[in-house]
Order: sequence, then structure tokens, then C-alpha cells
Amino acid sequence: MNKYIIRLNTKRCIGCHACEIHCKTNKELPPGPILCEIRHEPLRMVKGFPKTITHFKSCHHCEDPLCIPVCPTESMKKRDDGIVYIDEEKCIGCMSCADICPWDSPQFNPETKKAVKCDYCMDRLDNGLKPACVTLCTAHALQLFTLQAV
Amino acid sequence: MRKTIWSMCGMCTVRCPIRVEVEDNKVKWIEGNPHLLNRALCGKGAAGPALVADGERPRQPLIRSGPRGSGRWDEVSWDTAYDYIAEKLHAICKEHGPESVMMSFRGGPFGDMIKAFIHGLGSPNFTNHDSTCGRNVHHASLSLYGLGRTDLIYDIKNSKHLVLFGRNILASLRVAEVNQVLDMLDNGGRLTYVDVRPTLTGVKASRFFRVRPGTDYALALATIHELIKAEAYDKEFIERFTSGFDQLVEFIKPYDSKWAAKECGIKQNHIMEFVQELAEDRPKVIFHPGWMLSRYSDSFYASRALHVLNILMGNLEVEGGQIIPKGPGDFGYKGLQSLDAQIPKPTQKRGDGVGWKHLHFDKGPGLFHLFYETMVTKDPYPIKGVICYRHDPLTCFPDPEAQKKALDNTDLLVSIDAHYSEFGWYSDVILPECTYLERDSMIAAQKGPKPRLIVRRKAVDPVFDTKPVWEILKNLADRLNFGQYFPYNTIEELWEWQLKNTDFSIEDFAEKGFIPLGDKPFLIERDKLASKIKTESGKIELVSKKLSDANLPSLKPYESPQAPPEGQFRLIFGRSPLHSHSHTINNPILHEMMPENTLWINKRIAAKLGVSEGEYVDVSSKDYGGPIKARISEQLHPEAVYMVHGFGREIPLQTRSFNAGLSDQKLMSGLLDKMDPAGGGLCLCECFVTVKRSTKNPKRRVEL
Repeated sequence: MNKYIIRLNTKRCIGCHACEIHCKTNKELPPGPILCEIRHEPLRMVKGFPKTITHFKSCHHCEDPLCIPVCPTESMKKRDDGIVYIDEEKCIGCMSCADICPWDSPQFNPETKKAVKCDYCMDRLDNGLKPACVTLCTAHALQLFTLQAV
Repeated sequence: MRKTIWSMCGMCTVRCPIRVEVEDNKVKWIEGNPHLLNRALCGKGAAGPALVADGERPRQPLIRSGPRGSGRWDEVSWDTAYDYIAEKLHAICKEHGPESVMMSFRGGPFGDMIKAFIHGLGSPNFTNHDSTCGRNVHHASLSLYGLGRTDLIYDIKNSKHLVLFGRNILASLRVAEVNQVLDMLDNGGRLTYVDVRPTLTGVKASRFFRVRPGTDYALALATIHELIKAEAYDKEFIERFTSGFDQLVEFIKPYDSKWAAKECGIKQNHIMEFVQELAEDRPKVIFHPGWMLSRYSDSFYASRALHVLNILMGNLEVEGGQIIPKGPGDFGYKGLQSLDAQIPKPTQKRGDGVGWKHLHFDKGPGLFHLFYETMVTKDPYPIKGVICYRHDPLTCFPDPEAQKKALDNTDLLVSIDAHYSEFGWYSDVILPECTYLERDSMIAAQKGPKPRLIVRRKAVDPVFDTKPVWEILKNLADRLNFGQYFPYNTIEELWEWQLKNTDFSIEDFAEKGFIPLGDKPFLIERDKLASKIKTESGKIELVSKKLSDANLPSLKPYESPQAPPEGQFRLIFGRSPLHSHSHTINNPILHEMMPENTLWINKRIAAKLGVSEGEYVDVSSKDYGGPIKARISEQLHPEAVYMVHGFGREIPLQTRSFNAGLSDQKLMSGLLDKMDPAGGGLCLCECFVTVKRSTKNPKRRVEL
């Protein structure tokens, strides 16, 4: 079972997209790949108020990921805590993972010529820290939850 | 091994405190100072490392080799550039006097050195960008309290009701303030938002007034009217601390909610419900008096009316109201030594007329745009040298072509900036400053409920041959024979000199990144409040003596804004949370997020023009125009079109931003002369543009 989940408190989200950039800066990504996203519909008027709903999207870290079996070099892996990540050493940048993923989670990094995806900043998690997007969110709207079996 | 650097962000002018992790001279992590911002940082702040790595910025000093603006440059050494500037300034000072040199600064806490430089040279002409920003708000505040714009801060977190007239507080954002607003909302507070278009701030509002452009003053007047009529104001506060209330009562009589509802295009019962809420929530109500309010010809009076509403709420030095920021002295600390304070103040008249021709304006930075007139008329003296530090007047002020004509009367234009600016591109010399992550700054004192000392620290070594401003100005001052006013050779020596009278040393910043000067905020008791009001009369002057002396009304009768001529629209501009005006447009990462601006058009109007979302429209004014993609908005007022400021840049070396989107300031033909005579702000929204469906939209394609 997945151990972690990131939740967006839409009451606090101001739609500033900072999470996307914090992610890119932390992972030292050039223009191109965007590993997490705030999505919102254009503002509509509802009973005299501008309204929209913001959604946060990053890799779902599927229970049974499609990207793992298609990887020809076995560089896509799933940890015991559920995090699906890429072993960059082994990745050849064929992007089979991106082709099979229904949500376009793996993306091509034009600098390394390899695939890159959200790994919940597992290096930070392993050091007792939270992912970059959660830690740095302008409005403290993103939250990391550790799930427990009940 | 990673090391921590405590510093200050520099991606916009808020300057959030940051903590940077560096390894092998590379920035690995940036976060908001955990002691002050709980690590939060905005998207612009996150794009700082991309700025450092970006080669599309001036990499070494440049001296113009072709005509101004031609983009032909000689790459020179720092010594050559210093010598060149010093020689030119010497010649100007000799022929016209030092007052013929002016220096502009984009604002912020580290201005002491900039003032010291121009005053050390012997010129009174220190100025800044504020006549296209908060000058109306500042002067409105001064006319009432004798206190400037930054002499009042807002305890938003503890307020019950925040009222914003066009202040898009969650997009033109300050991280700490955003969290205050959200905390206030989480605690059940109310947010009333007034604007001509729906915004993400409006999304969070509990009351949204979509008004006709230019009618903020009407809504503020009606709110005053109804509050007074309902006697829902702090009578004791008015009685004790203000003068001129009777005149206000008389003046406000015609401006009731029925009138305002019609004028603003909103419902009367909504105004009445709003007034009822204010009555319930006071004194913990904050009317934000505006930030960037150089907009309409009555913006000064609109801001003044918002201040009056605060006064009616009696919210001064009240929890959840307006707070007078405290300085080091209020907590028994000695202040910093100031470079500027040791220099005899130049006694010549200011070149912009402020202080002698215009007596009701604050002399401090004067009004930049008035120097343009002086450049042409040479009255009271010619302006021959212009130095802009981190300021791009050609993007900041309207009508750059008119500005260039005036600048052509000068002998020397110098841009000190980490970026290519439109002004820099037109200058004679560009002195490239290192980016904020590559430089140290002097120490500054920051007033607030809890005052503190702050400093910017270099996180990484400069990538290119760029220098920090403290070194640039020191070198120029030495060459111009007033180096004694810059009593340092290294930044460490400057810090030591600044801290001389205090008990602190630079090491004291190591723990938290700042030095706290008082941890327990306090409110000034009502009995002692009168001494904090700095008008001549010692009262909050609802009718200002200063304005009366200048033959200007304090309570100006309302004039309805002109409706745009047939086929034209009022051009409204604003900000996005992802760009800081023009200087981030070319940032590789921020450009990826928002590569160009769009023109917001009302849905009904767009249908009439035959334009759909994403199609090009041609926007034009008298002297400028171009294509821009349309964005259809359901509730933007039909009289208005809207765009984000800062785009439409024309610097070929900035390949990403070159001609991306359209520039609002270039569309503002003739607005350089349109100043609010009472507030000193320019009226940047008094601009009408023509919008047509563009021929750029492909109909068919016949290329084989």
C-alpha cells in the first residue's frame, strides 16, 4: 500500500503555480518537464462571485503501475512505501513509460536525455523532510499525509 | 557539504527573507526563512537559480558604440567603465553643476547608499519609480495623518473584515501577507473585493463588487455616506483625534448608496449589506488604501476616501486594524549608522519642482516623471546625467517614445542593473550588477510590529564579471572625489561601520538570518496616540491644511469617468503571481510558465468583435500597436480590456521575451504628462485603445 499522499487544501490554494517551479528548481530541471501541476478552469461567475476549483496533480504512484513492466531496462521501480521512481543510471530515455502512462507523469528531460518523474522527493522524505512542493507552497495549501492501515 | 546562507530574496521588491543551501558554489535549495515564513516561498522566488544560470543578462560592463538604442556595445573592463562615467560626470558637474545629475532607485530597504551617492555628488535629485506606483496612496496618507504610506501597516491576520479596492492581494503577492489573509479567512473573517474583473483574490471573497472602471471613489464615498447616516462609526475616535468632520458630513450628503449603485453598476442592497457588515465588524476592519494606485484621475481622492473609512472604523493601533510600525528606538535599541546622514544635504532646488514649485508633495524621492519636463525646458536647470539603479523607467513610465525624446537632451545615461532593461538598452553605459544570490548588501533596519535588522548575503560567487552595487558606487565615488562618504573597502568594513553604535556584529545574523529588535509587539495606548499623528495641527486632518494651502480640495466632488469612445476600451493592467513586472519576463523558468500576456476581453464584446479564445486581436493607440492573443472573460467589465504589465519587450539579446506579448506602457500615448495634481501619481488607466480582430489569424494556408 502507498504510504504517502499529497493533498491540496483548495481553501488556501491561490493558484500561483509556485509548487510547479519549486519542484523544477529542486530537481534542477530545465524548461520542458513539469512534474506537478496546478490545474484550474478559467474563472466563471457563480451567483455574482468568481469561482474556480484548483486541482493538484502529480504522479499517482499507482498500486499496480503500468510504467514498470514496459520499461526495457528495469529502471522504473516501486519502493515498499509505494513510491514509483526512476533509477536514472539505468534509464535510456526511450520514454516507453510516458507512452503507457494515462496521466503523462514521466516526462523527458532534454538536458539528461532521460525520463524524469515525481518521486515525492524521496531523498528528502528519507531524511525526515517533506517534498519540495509541500514544504515551499506559498500559501501552505499543500499537505503531505502518511497513510495508515485501519 | 551543504552550507546555509541566510539572505533576502530579490526576485521582486517584497524581499522575503530566505534560507539558501549551497554546495560547490551551486544553489541547491531556497526556502522562505523558517522563523518568519515557515519556509513558504512564491514561484518567482523559486526561479532565482534559473536567473543566476541565465546567460541572457549583461555579463560585463558595456559602453555604447552606436547611436542610443542601436544595441551596439563595446565590452569593457570595470576600470574603463568607471573612468568613462567619472569623466562624463566631471564634465557635467563642471559645466552645469552637480544638480544636473539625477539618480533613480527602484525602492526598497537598501536605499541609504543610493541617496548617499547622489547627495555626495552634490545633487538633491534622488528619485524613484513611485509616481507610477504608490505615490497617490502615500500623499493621501500624509494629507490625513502626516504619516506616509509605510508608516501604517495592517494587522490583517487578526482583522474581521478586509476590504480591497482593486488590490489583488493574492496575485500581486507578498508571501507573509498572503498567509495573513488566508489565516484571517480560515478564522471566519470576511473579505470584500472590488475590481473591474474577476481575479483569484475575488475567488476567496465573501463579497465581490464588479464595478465600472474608474468608479472606486464613488463606492468609497457612498460607504462613508451610509456609515455616517447609520452612525456606525467610532464617534469617540473622530471627536478626539480628527478635525474637519463637520465638513465631511456636509460634503458627503449627495453621495448615497442609491447613487453609487447606479454609478458603479452594482446593487444598492449589496452596498447596504456591506455597510451593515462593517458596523458589526468594526473596529477590526481594514480598508486597504491601495498599493499601485497611479490609475485614474481621482485615484488620490479614492485612496483618501479609503483612509477616511479606516478613520471612521477607529482602527488605528487596534488589534486587527492599522498598526503604526515600531522601529529599533521603540524597543530601546540604537539604530544603524546611515551613510546618507553624514553628508551635508545639497541645498539647490530639486529639478522636478518638488519642495518649491510643488509644496504639498513629499520631498524625499520627489517625482521622477517631472524631470522629463525639466530635461526639455531646462528650467530651473538642465538635466544632463541620469543614473538608474535597478530601475527601468522606459518600462515603468508610460509612453517610452516621449521619454526617449526628453532623454535625448542628456549627455550621460547609466543603467546599473542585473538585467538588460529597456532603459539600459537605450543607455550609454550598462554596469551589470550581480544577481541577488551573488551579492551582499548593506544592513537595513526593518520597522514593524517586531522590528529587525536584515541583510542580504552572497550565496554563490558571481557567474559573470558582475559586481555588487556597494562596490560599484564606492569605486565611482573615489573617482569623483567623495570617496570619504563611503568609508569602507570591503562589505565587512561597511557592516562594521553601520553597526558601530549598536551592540551587534554581523555574526549575530547567523542564528536566524535577521536580528530581532523586540519580540513582544505592543499597541500604543489611546492616551498617547495623539503624539503619533504628525500633521501640523496634531489632528487627523479630514480637511488638509497642506492641500488647502496648495489650493486643492481635500474633499473633491465626484466626477464620473469618461466612457470609452465607440470601438475603444479602457486599458487596465495588472500583475500575475508569476512575474515581477518586466524584470522576470525573460527568466527561463518563469517564461516557461507564462511566456506572453493576453488581452482579456469581455465575452459579449468578444462575440461582437468575432474573436474567440486564443485568437489574435490587434490593439492600438495613437502611436503604438500590435497583435496579442485574446482571452475571453465572462465578467471583465465591458468598458475595459486587461493585460499583465511588463511584456512586449524589444531587447534582442533577451531571446525569450523579445516581442513576446504586448506592452501596456507603449500603448499609453500622451500619459507621461497626465499627473494627478493632488496626489502626484500618473493616471495610467486613463488610456483608451482600439481592439480589432487581427488579420494575423490564419484563414487558409496556400504554401505548398
